[in-house]
Amino acid sequence: MAGTLIVGASQAGVQLAAELRELGWDEPITLIGEESHRPYQRPPLSKRWLKSELVPGDVILRTHEWYAANGIEVIANDRVTWIARDGDRGSAVTQGGRRLEFDRLALTTGASVRRLTVPGTDFHAVHYLRDGDDAIRLEHALHDPANRRLVIIGGGFIGLEIAAVARTMDKEVTVLEAGPRLIGRAVSEETSAFYLGAHQRRGTQVILNARITRIIGSPPDAAGRRSHVIGVELDDGTLVPADLVIIGIGVIPRTELALQLGLRVDGGIVVDEHAIASDGRTVAAGDCAVMPNPYPLGIGGPTRIESVNNALEQAKVAAASLIGQPRTYQSVPWFWSDQADLKLQIAGLSTGFDQVIVRGSPSEERFTVLYYRDGRLIAADCINQPAEFLAIRGALAKGLTIPAAVAADTTVPLKQLVTEPIGV
Amino acid sequence: MSTVVYTHADGTTTTIEGRPGDSIMETAVRNGVKGIVGECGGSLSCATCHVFVAAETFELVGGPASDLEDDMLDGTAVDRQDRSRLSCQIKLADGCEYHVTTPKAQ
Repeated sequence: MAGTLIVGASQAGVQLAAELRELGWDEPITLIGEESHRPYQRPPLSKRWLKSELVPGDVILRTHEWYAANGIEVIANDRVTWIARDGDRGSAVTQGGRRLEFDRLALTTGASVRRLTVPGTDFHAVHYLRDGDDAIRLEHALHDPANRRLVIIGGGFIGLEIAAVARTMDKEVTVLEAGPRLIGRAVSEETSAFYLGAHQRRGTQVILNARITRIIGSPPDAAGRRSHVIGVELDDGTLVPADLVIIGIGVIPRTELALQLGLRVDGGIVVDEHAIASDGRTVAAGDCAVMPNPYPLGIGGPTRIESVNNALEQAKVAAASLIGQPRTYQSVPWFWSDQADLKLQIAGLSTGFDQVIVRGSPSEERFTVLYYRDGRLIAADCINQPAEFLAIRGALAKGLTIPAAVAADTTVPLKQLVTEPIGV
Repeated sequence: MSTVVYTHADGTTTTIEGRPGDSIMETAVRNGVKGIVGECGGSLSCATCHVFVAAETFELVGGPASDLEDDMLDGTAVDRQDRSRLSCQIKLADGCEYHVTTPKAQ
């Protein structure tokens, strides 16, 4: 029986299925994912999961009963390897030998980790963190007392979240970042500099502009296993000693099936503002999709956003398009990262900013960095300032601003500084 | 088990048998209860699981569990009231019944 096929049992995939039911769609829905786990949340994997504070039941997105009650067939542990469609009829073949017919198709295939291409990444003690199995393996490795020294390659959100967790376990932690500053893709120099100091104060060593030549390990054991690492070698000859190496250098959107379908792919599956791909029928949402910037105050042009918020909001738009009720995707993107006792919340997209105002006190680890373009507030990084984050997110959603001239005045609550933009 | 009765802004109710130790937010989201979003999964980052706690339940659960929750409640989509809580911060105790009302918007 044909119906809707959603490929990728991700946050976006589950939301898309839920939204179809919310919209009253009662035809069959099949959600297929290659992982063996029930669809789950990824954000905790780099935080509380690694501290062994969670069990699988804590991170699931929906209960078994919910899928059953909503007539959503979930196929786990199987992967679509071949897919084709001709107009409204399509079929997919899986690794496990299933053949799935569909008349509507959604791709929520997410992203896979970017692999580091230096010698030595095949040692057992080298980890990546993307999916549930990665997290389970890394959790075990972190709790092994023999793994005392960690080298984390990549000073982005994932790497720094893991560093913060590892420091609470008294590991020796070194972060190697190829760029000149931490989290360089996402935040300003002010925020980067703060995080550098904050992690150093918590005992993490950080090496910026690190050029890695190879990961060095011990010789293979009798069975030929390359298990233990000795350290990470830099191009100036330095060997940073390590028992465990964790690589977090970003992700690559999964576009294999989109390419098979002949869809336009350019840094992700290209979709329009309704989440519809280039064939005019297939929809895509979440980390795998490149879309017109959904943020009205953002710089136009193709945008790919890796966040829970985007996965949820874009999936809702995609669901509506799938059943012929297209809506336009517009929202204020937001994001969070918890590192040690530092809560970072980002509202808006800062791309193209020309002015930065720091409000509050970085030395007290409680401040907000406001980003402006042409005098108008476009984004903010809020560090341990949840009330300011919510005030800014609310202001941006309403098209309001906070004048740069008064933004640093902490004697006035931020909420009271929100005004109409001048000359807009 | 524990029971949570969610009253929605339109007056309808949903009753869910929850797992002790789970939060009122988690119990809602995993079972597809409308009116609670919980985008950040309970890490106190999004303020999209705001609820108004019924008087008798409030005696059981009390006010905000932390300054952080209190701060976040100042920025919810629908303004806070005296018995407002973020439902990710209310963990279910075994054998208890909880009554909450969800706001019009999160």
